[in-house]
Amino acid sequence: MLCEDCHKNEASFHLTRERGKEKSDLHLCKECAEKRGFRNPLEGVPFPLAEFLSGMLTQSKGKKPEKTAEERCSVCGMSFSDFSKVGRLGCGNCYLTFRGQLNDLLRKVHGSTTHRGKFPHSCKDVMRPLWEESKLQEELKRAIQDEDFEKAAELRDRIKALVEKQ
Amino acid sequence: MFEQMSQKPAVWLSATGASAQVVLSSRVRLARNVAHTPFPSRANPEERERILSFVKSAVEKSDTLSRGVFVNCSQLDDLDRDFMVERHLVSLEFSQCRDFAALLIGEGENLSVMVNEEDHLRIQALAPGLEMRQAFGLANDVDDELSKTLEFAFDPSFGYLTACPTNTGTGMRASVLVHLPGLALTQEIEKVIAEISKVGSVVRGFYGEGSDVLGNLFQVSNQKTLGRSEEEIMDELESVTRGIIEREQNARKRLFSEAPDQIEDKIWRAFGILRYARSLTSEEVLNMLSALRLGIAMEVLDQVSLSQVNEILALTQPAHLQKFFGKKMEPSERDRVRADLVRSRLEKQPRKQVDRKTK
Repeated sequence: MLCEDCHKNEASFHLTRERGKEKSDLHLCKECAEKRGFRNPLEGVPFPLAEFLSGMLTQSKGKKPEKTAEERCSVCGMSFSDFSKVGRLGCGNCYLTFRGQLNDLLRKVHGSTTHRGKFPHSCKDVMRPLWEESKLQEELKRAIQDEDFEKAAELRDRIKALVEKQ
Repeated sequence: MFEQMSQKPAVWLSATGASAQVVLSSRVRLARNVAHTPFPSRANPEERERILSFVKSAVEKSDTLSRGVFVNCSQLDDLDRDFMVERHLVSLEFSQCRDFAALLIGEGENLSVMVNEEDHLRIQALAPGLEMRQAFGLANDVDDELSKTLEFAFDPSFGYLTACPTNTGTGMRASVLVHLPGLALTQEIEKVIAEISKVGSVVRGFYGEGSDVLGNLFQVSNQKTLGRSEEEIMDELESVTRGIIEREQNARKRLFSEAPDQIEDKIWRAFGILRYARSLTSEEVLNMLSALRLGIAMEVLDQVSLSQVNEILALTQPAHLQKFFGKKMEPSERDRVRADLVRSRLEKQPRKQVDRKTK
């Protein structure tokens, strides 16, 4: 899949956003993701498990291939079945590695997969527009419910402007 | 360690704040992890040590935080750890902590930060009464302060990333410690707990997760942390708590109109036992104090104040008692000195019935 921003590089950063029933996906390459303020959580991390993993891969050549098929977090080495046993994830990167499975799990636990609370100051460039947008979306929903179409039209324009700015 | 602290209860037990007749305290806890490093349970000792030194330097750089006390878990013996749990400074899980776990105790003890518990950081703030926003304000400031120097594990969609997916999102657990003798006596408590669980809150025992219910004290907290803002979590829990308060007050009124003699007898008997007994277990004290607390709220007793009750509640816990007297004691000896301490506290006159005003 190509990056949605530059349309040149392979996308390695996948983000799912949810607004009510609407879902939108964003796929970016490393450079463009960084431009938008997303940082690769793997960067600069020493890999204590890299050797172990590569060792395991070479060892398992010719052995049961399904054993190596299970995806493992590249930072902490956790697999989803490890997680199922202990009930605790190994690191922040596990959330990226097991995004699909965790989406289902989080939805079951919290009834949602979209954060709506505060965010760290360092993420403000990415989060503020998202946050403002979700606020406006909510206001828009309310305006439509109240049949205040004038306000709804204004809100819709503001959302559009915000999305374009992004 | 902690000998000084054991002489008096923490500020959050001051029996002040809104709805103090039912709500002892409000608590807010924020779970945070440092980016690019495995969570404590999966981190190796070097990584845990690195986290600890990161946090230490972040604390040193902060004017407000550097005034607190930093305690390394390795410095603490079993009694110290039990004391911290009794003090509600740490969780039961933290008290079994491993290498490179530490605790920052803020000024006035209404704030603490656990390092390397289940998550790298657990910021916790307490306030007396139903004052969740006050507690949140404290915890939130510390979070902001620490995030100036530390980069937290955060995902635009999932929010703050935590070891357990039940904390993902805001990483926030808000809770209230409530005293529900009316609902317990009228045997409605189980029904109320079932209802609370249905609307997405959880009920736990006196010392939080994995602890028993003692002295009719319950901790009610939010279960969901993702998909709602901190404000919304507090609004929800506050409305659940107001519902509980109303039902508790109704149950108390009903008890006093339907069986006033039995209830008053129960209260005075509890007072009599505490006032004159020569040996008391901590469980017995908690149960008797529950009756006293009810008696004060219903204006049956005016010999004691709510703040005196809270003081006895805090100081007679096993580890507090041993810290107070500065030595390790067997349970039988503890029961004796506990009774002595309770008697001496109840001989004092209440402080001009200040509690009445908080109604």
